[in-house]
Amino acid sequence: MASTKTEALATTPKRGSRGGARLFRNLGRNGKAIAGVAILVVFIAAAFLAPVFFPDDPSRILSGGATPPSLEHLLGTTAKGQDVLALTLWGARSSLLVGFLAGILATLVAILVGLAGAYFGGVLDDILSLATNVFLLIPGLPLLVILAAFMPPGLGTVVIVLVITGWAGGARILRSQGLSIRGKDYVAASIVAGERPLRIMLRDILPNMASIVMSTLLGCIIGSIGAQAGLEFLGLGDSNTISWGTNLFWATSDGSLMLGQWWIFVPSGLAIALVAFALALCNYAVDEITNPRLRKPRRAASANAPTLVTVGADDGKGTSA
Amino acid sequence: MRFILRRLGFYLVAFWLSITLNFLLPRLMPGDPVSRMLSRSQGQLDPSQIDSLRRLLGVDDRPWWEQYPEYLWRVLSGDLGISISRFPTPVTEVIGSQLPWTLLLGFTSLVIAVIIGNLLGILAAWRRGSVLDSFVPPLLIFLGSFPYFWLAMGLLYVFGIGLGWAPLSHAFSVGLQPSFSGVFISDVAAHLIMPALSIVFVSIGGWMLAMRNTMIGTNSEDYILMAEAKGLRPSRIMFAYASRNAMLPAVTNIGMSIGFIVGGALLTEVVFAYPGVGYQLMAAVQGLDYPLMQGMFLTITGAVLLANFLIDIIYVRLDPRVRVS
Amino acid sequence: MSALLDIEDLVVEYVSDERSVRGADRVSFSIAPGEILGLAGESGCGKSTVANAIMRLLKEPARISGGSIRFDGRDVLQMSADELRSWRWRETAMVFQSAMNSLNPVMRIADQIIDVLRTHNSMSRAAARAEAARLMELVRIDPDRLKAYPHQLSGGQRQRVVIAMACALRPRLLILDEPTTALDVVVQQEILAQIKDLQKEFGFSVLFITHDMSLMLELSDRIGVMYAGRIVELAPARELKNGARHAYTQALLGAFPSITGPRRRLTGLAEGTRFTDIGDLVEVAPGHFVAPGDATLKTEEL
Repeated sequence: MASTKTEALATTPKRGSRGGARLFRNLGRNGKAIAGVAILVVFIAAAFLAPVFFPDDPSRILSGGATPPSLEHLLGTTAKGQDVLALTLWGARSSLLVGFLAGILATLVAILVGLAGAYFGGVLDDILSLATNVFLLIPGLPLLVILAAFMPPGLGTVVIVLVITGWAGGARILRSQGLSIRGKDYVAASIVAGERPLRIMLRDILPNMASIVMSTLLGCIIGSIGAQAGLEFLGLGDSNTISWGTNLFWATSDGSLMLGQWWIFVPSGLAIALVAFALALCNYAVDEITNPRLRKPRRAASANAPTLVTVGADDGKGTSA
Repeated sequence: MRFILRRLGFYLVAFWLSITLNFLLPRLMPGDPVSRMLSRSQGQLDPSQIDSLRRLLGVDDRPWWEQYPEYLWRVLSGDLGISISRFPTPVTEVIGSQLPWTLLLGFTSLVIAVIIGNLLGILAAWRRGSVLDSFVPPLLIFLGSFPYFWLAMGLLYVFGIGLGWAPLSHAFSVGLQPSFSGVFISDVAAHLIMPALSIVFVSIGGWMLAMRNTMIGTNSEDYILMAEAKGLRPSRIMFAYASRNAMLPAVTNIGMSIGFIVGGALLTEVVFAYPGVGYQLMAAVQGLDYPLMQGMFLTITGAVLLANFLIDIIYVRLDPRVRVS
Repeated sequence: MSALLDIEDLVVEYVSDERSVRGADRVSFSIAPGEILGLAGESGCGKSTVANAIMRLLKEPARISGGSIRFDGRDVLQMSADELRSWRWRETAMVFQSAMNSLNPVMRIADQIIDVLRTHNSMSRAAARAEAARLMELVRIDPDRLKAYPHQLSGGQRQRVVIAMACALRPRLLILDEPTTALDVVVQQEILAQIKDLQKEFGFSVLFITHDMSLMLELSDRIGVMYAGRIVELAPARELKNGARHAYTQALLGAFPSITGPRRRLTGLAEGTRFTDIGDLVEVAPGHFVAPGDATLKTEEL
């Protein structure tokens, strides 16, 4: 999916993380952010509470086959007799854990690579940029497939593989933002004052990129969740864990689709979509806050309407397009 | 011109790195991939298969500096080994018969999503605060949050199985002979609709939002204000002045998104049993058909790099600042 | 002689959820046919706001909430979008501050000029191209450069192209918003000379906006000085130069060093000086208007 990130403007640079704190305050007032966080909270709660609702191992194979939703099984059962709702709730644990973990790690790598390149410049920057661009270019899924295929199966592999394919996008954005901040006077002042590079990067540059880092983090998590689902759907995930992706894998290999057993494959896919959408909403909100032009205008207007004239009238009537 | 040459150099480096990655992976990974395959296939491989595998994956005892040039040479001369799941067909043959379908699916979906998505974005930015600007983007983002393959499953279920409107699988009806006749082409198109649509639905939101945001930025540029002051017609301003400039980042985005679209196409093919490169992917993965997977990786990467190169050439034509510098 | 442009009590407000700010606060002045009026003041005083308001180019959240703008008797504020579009450039044209940003970077110069010609007159492409060449010669640029893109021209050339474009339809009023601020001093002179020549030839009125008083004094017939959205003084240029009445104008003039004459200490406004409650203009001498008002001001030596 094409990048939806615009070049967010850096907020007025400050020492320390006042910029970051302000961002969170504004997010708290943004409707989209609230909705997104609410959805995430629901899913995280579901993941934690799964053992409470369904203490037995949901992957146990039972008799009975696939049955549609009923009072006993709210979302029906799979071909192996497993309760779909249990599988979905338990699946949240692995999917969210891996998704968030891989997303955070990928962001950390991106910050490292991006900032190092921006700060040190020169040959190091050339090499890192080359690596970034190469990883951006090489198509994600095929790379994911061969990496996962050659590595021993397991959750650790999944996380590592997701990080390898997911860090590059953030690195490029963070580098370009880092470059523009690095050129500012207060950074030069710190360098002249003899501060250590790590300190400068952490105290002067990074806090002023709070919104971009946030966006990168959200994007990486969304990417990880989606890529993980794809991997597991192909059967390259850890087949011992229950996750939304593996649920869909089994749904396909059991032929649920062709047999019209929609209750088996709908819940897990919907769960992935809702979590990804919630994260996207948060991203949208961050975009709007940092780039005021993107906010909803006070009234619908064509882009090149002439200046509104409200002379004399109290209700804003006047010559306008 | 120098810009083009630099890009070409970059793509060659990227391709070389991909080949090297293919070479290194089996040799670096813990465990012996061949034994893993053997245990998977439960002794159904015959000695010649095992041997060719060993050579390909480098699990023989020659030093790497001997293996690498040989591997490089083999790949560049088009020998990607023998497929295990389709033994004894060479990998190049397997992929060669599948690649055109993947390209067709990917290209069609990309073109449709790009054109419609960008148009919607332009219109949404032109009339801020309208329904198109306020409600459609979040809706499309929601649609785009679904995994490609899941939306494919959904479409297949609703339209294929439920309503019976579209064919359920394959690229063309069984028994039909491939030709350039109208009958065949319309049959192909009928089979192409749903896979392509599922990719379009997932990706269109991204295009619309990106173009909308770019246009909003462009609309506040001084030359747009000047165009208005000049008394030009709104449609002229929107297209010749605003879109023409906003298009440039969009073209760059196309290049970057080709990798994603391809991934989506591969997964969609699995669901629709569309005979592209992805169709075999699940089976190849299950059977640990390393040569095929590696060959697929290399071919897809090569195709993506080539497509990006073409995009770069188009970009140069569109942006005079790059062309003449 | 009736005025070409008559602005009366113009109020422009920038409206947001929390409050609204007046960018222009009951501004009144008029420009006679063939007259050059300069509008001076520091950044943020509202001169660009007024200039853009005349052609109704201001975008949300700005709105014109008071006063009237009349062009040759026509009420600009009541024009429909279509009327406005055909009025723009034909009767009033504008030269923006940065020519590089005002020109479409992906369009050849020729096409941008032809755009104007073909939209307002129904000309054939060939005729429009010929006219474009004539316009380039008018500003002394080789017509060959029509094929070029904006980034291929020098700063001075770009500004001259923009001026030529502004004159394309022989408008009766030309608004120049800081036309030379982005250029070096030598080129500034060329541009000013160009404008003077064109004005003599075509006889259009000019609204000349700048913060550079020395330029303004050179070019203008009359000068208005703005501060915080209000006009504080309005007088013929010569009178202003020697006999400025308002403290702000005096400070503005005093801040410019003169190349000729004896060296003197520069004076200016002390930090923290504010003019509040600026009253409406009062005529203190024929054609010379000053705004009364309180000022807690001190001048200090710079």
